[in-house]
Amino acid sequence: MTIPRIVGAGLIVIGVGVGIGKIGGQAMEAIARQPEAYGKIQTAMLIAAALIEGIGFAALFATTELDG
Amino acid sequence: MLKNKSQNAFFFLGYYRTFAAIFREPKNGVLRPIFLSDMRKPFLSQFLFVAALFLSMSAFAIAEESKDDEGGKDLKTEITDYIDHHLKDSHDFSLFSIKQDDGTKKHIGFPLPVILWDDGLKVFSSSKFHHGEAVAEVDGNHYKLYHSKIYKTDAAGTINYDEKHHATNAKPLDFSITKGVVMIFITGLLMFLLFRGLAKSYAKNGSIPKGVGRFFEPIVLYIRDDIAIANIGEKRYKKYMPFLLTVFFFIWFLNMFGLTPLGVNVTGNISVTVALAIVTFLLTNLTGTKDYWKHLFDPLGDSMPWFGKLPLYVILIPIEILGIFIKPFSLLIRLYANMQAGHIVVMSLIGLMFIFKSWIGSPLSFGLAFAISLIEILVALLQAYIFTMLSALYFGFASEEHDHAEAH
Repeated sequence: MTIPRIVGAGLIVIGVGVGIGKIGGQAMEAIARQPEAYGKIQTAMLIAAALIEGIGFAALFATTELDG
Repeated sequence: MLKNKSQNAFFFLGYYRTFAAIFREPKNGVLRPIFLSDMRKPFLSQFLFVAALFLSMSAFAIAEESKDDEGGKDLKTEITDYIDHHLKDSHDFSLFSIKQDDGTKKHIGFPLPVILWDDGLKVFSSSKFHHGEAVAEVDGNHYKLYHSKIYKTDAAGTINYDEKHHATNAKPLDFSITKGVVMIFITGLLMFLLFRGLAKSYAKNGSIPKGVGRFFEPIVLYIRDDIAIANIGEKRYKKYMPFLLTVFFFIWFLNMFGLTPLGVNVTGNISVTVALAIVTFLLTNLTGTKDYWKHLFDPLGDSMPWFGKLPLYVILIPIEILGIFIKPFSLLIRLYANMQAGHIVVMSLIGLMFIFKSWIGSPLSFGLAFAISLIEILVALLQAYIFTMLSALYFGFASEEHDHAEAH
């Protein structure tokens, strides 16, 4: 039995969601501890979130758009 | 200079003092917003020029009529086809179509030039395709549109398929001025007029921003101070600034055009993002310092004798080389997928209106589409920012020169 590709896409979205959620939560905590470092934390958060999102999109692209 | 790093909240909001200047009337000290009428005349004339360009283009808009052959399709397929068609680039600039009482469709828009290389240059107007319904005949060759791509065919317009239902007809090289290309030209022209005007205004008025400069100055300063200098460093940031500013405004403007009813999807087209990522890739690797290449092929440096490094390098060096290509690849996939996903969501929500056939459909779909559109405005800015930020980060890696004697 083959697992449909869309299941893989769902798993990817769960993983990316958990990952970005964790980054956001941790950034909130960090900002609460050090409000004066708000700008730096936000930049680092956005970069990390973008990198994870990029991997998520690459995997989604591979599961849904590519033939094979 | 208006700069205070600790106050820097998110993006240009940190430049509150510059932004306050937008609302300050210098003569009597009363706060009031600046309207278009306050802006400098050259800007106004340039704005009018672009507006006139748009109007003249729509003046040539041709209302075409075509037979409705979608009567047999059910609603869901029609909506899916419509979304698919919107996501793809098209060979004509059609804004919308009206179904008339006699069952024919009236397309409002204008055709664009089709330029093909198929044993010689073939140039003709896309009106010959009749929105994909007719076979275009040029110098004895026949061409047909199938899923927004041009295929070579015979007089009857036969398209052959393989077992996966992909067309197997020959594809001529397509250099057409498509809808996306038109939008890229317009954005290029807009950016050229806008920033050349700003540069002139700075040359004339010293360092005081005027008109739209009050809006764009904090953004340019943000890119210089918090993206370029922060990631590349004081010494070398200058040679990357033109690219970073251009790519930021180019992506931002095109993302914003994608949200207008023009119905263009340029940054959601993978060819465009591939081209942008290739420029970043070339700039990163062509301006790479000796240290950058040394770091790639000898990442451990003098911290280990050669026989210790050898087994590690069998794994490490291929990973480092792959990394060169993965970086721009992730850039292009991120921008493409984000814009594509945004367009799919908005279009699907609008499609809900036709799926629910009751009074609840319209307000629901309008409300959801409106909310998502607001998020999309943020995403349009965010993706431009992320692309610029990560490009700057990669340039920073490539141009860093550090002392290898100290451990890092």
